[in-house]
Amino acid sequence: MSTPVIQTENLSYVYSKGTPFEKTAVENVNIQIEKGAFVGVIGHTGSGKSTLIQHFNGLLAPTSGKIWIDGEDMWANPKEIRKFRFKVGLVFQYPEYQLFEETVYKDIAFGPTNMGLSQEEIDQRVREAAGFVGLTEEQMAKSPFELSGGQKRRVAIAGVLAMRPEVLILDEPTAGLDPRGRELILGQIQEYHRRNGNTILLVSHSMEDVAKYAQKALVMNDSRVFMYDDVDKVFAHAGEIEQMGLSVPQITRIFLRLAQLGYPVSSDVYTIEQAKAQLMTLLKKGERPNA
Amino acid sequence: MLKDITIGQYFPGKSIVHRLDPRMKIILTVLFIIMLFTANNFAGMGVGILFLVVGYLVSRIPFSMIGKSIKPVVPIIVFTAVLNMFFIEGGRVLFEIWVLKITTEGLSLAAMMALRIICLIAGTSLLTYTTSPIALTDGIERLMSPLKHLKVPVHELAMMMTIALRFIPTLIEETDKIMSAQKARGADMESGGVMQRAKALVPILIPLFVSSFRRAEELALAMECRCYHGGEGRTRMKQLKLSYLDFVCCGFVVFCLLATIVCNNLLPSVY
Repeated sequence: MSTPVIQTENLSYVYSKGTPFEKTAVENVNIQIEKGAFVGVIGHTGSGKSTLIQHFNGLLAPTSGKIWIDGEDMWANPKEIRKFRFKVGLVFQYPEYQLFEETVYKDIAFGPTNMGLSQEEIDQRVREAAGFVGLTEEQMAKSPFELSGGQKRRVAIAGVLAMRPEVLILDEPTAGLDPRGRELILGQIQEYHRRNGNTILLVSHSMEDVAKYAQKALVMNDSRVFMYDDVDKVFAHAGEIEQMGLSVPQITRIFLRLAQLGYPVSSDVYTIEQAKAQLMTLLKKGERPNA
Repeated sequence: MLKDITIGQYFPGKSIVHRLDPRMKIILTVLFIIMLFTANNFAGMGVGILFLVVGYLVSRIPFSMIGKSIKPVVPIIVFTAVLNMFFIEGGRVLFEIWVLKITTEGLSLAAMMALRIICLIAGTSLLTYTTSPIALTDGIERLMSPLKHLKVPVHELAMMMTIALRFIPTLIEETDKIMSAQKARGADMESGGVMQRAKALVPILIPLFVSSFRRAEELALAMECRCYHGGEGRTRMKQLKLSYLDFVCCGFVVFCLLATIVCNNLLPSVY
């Protein structure tokens, strides 16, 4: 097996250590994320997922434990931490509030410029990233503050894409967007993954989105990693996941209920396509409940 | 990181001092300051110190907190004390080099001044430690309300202060978030010269300004939606009421003030 792109060993993080406000946000995390995986990160608010992902690009240093990026110890030399920030791109929640430049173009170029690339290289990357998120040439010359919310968000995502990170982490990129905006952004991310084969970590509250786009799921609960496995295997633990206050996709819930009622269906259905296939065979056979 | 900065110094508690009416606390603090400046000998200052000790004990604020609040003014204290020590002449000469002379009078005056500043800080800190910023503004608003007749917009000023206090933690959190986001895009804030560092602030300050304006607009709208139109005819949920406790404390402070005056008259002044 090749080296995992992200690997952690007993990673823990404690906020405000040594004060009365001390709080453990991440506890004893041991995971290996394979190169090229599309991982959905789920867990309810306060489960530590945001803290965990901020470790992956060195914004937070672990209180204890280690992280390797591409087999390289991240904190071996704290002065070179910036190199990992370019390797692992992190798009924060509501990233549109970080825009600051006069034009969209300049804002997207902020990351690549910080990398110290040549002018042509920057230009090429900015255009490529902008193309990915569907920004037009005309929009590139506008002030980012003139754009709509969804457009701003796409500019912010492009700002990270332009650094061509090996790993792209997105913290709820669709929060507060309408269904069309969600589809658009997630579709673009999926396309990006398909074309470049990068590793993608998508933090989401929507199980439907995770089921639809991700191959693997990382479930955080109460500061710990509850599970890290293929999406279907994770959703097969529907009971436990629902106990954590999370949900499984609606379609999974329907199939779980069907199975309960005695229909011969499998319980690891989590996308509409799978559901359709199952239902079709069921109908063809003219099955009735066994019970 | 930024979150660890405490804004305001409120030290939550349920002691008698905490429960006092903020208006009374402000008045008593002023009285305490008057007391400190009336005292002209160590006995009078001793009364002030005694008052502080009682105040801190009753309010259960650890004495180490005094040190914390005095820390930033240490240079001023040292400066005043040193000046007094060398430039006040009188009494016995204790020590002399070149033009510098240390006399008994200079020394006692220096000690007096240093004590006065320390007590001043410790006393006013007691007010801010035991009163939440909101209660404090409330108290100030009510105390200044007579100024309304002079067309001073007292309510508006107090509302502005309240809103500012309310948004400080929010802005800190926001700054933290924006800083992380820009760092994630490779912004370098830790190295470089002054100019470079100042430049590195632009990606943080602009989004911060933009969001502050947005927040201000949203807040104004939300306030208007709830029919806010200034202080005229507004009632309050938390009515400030003087209880008998307030008068007891007031009596105690007045007693201390009188004791200081008696000390002044009975014992010789240090200046």
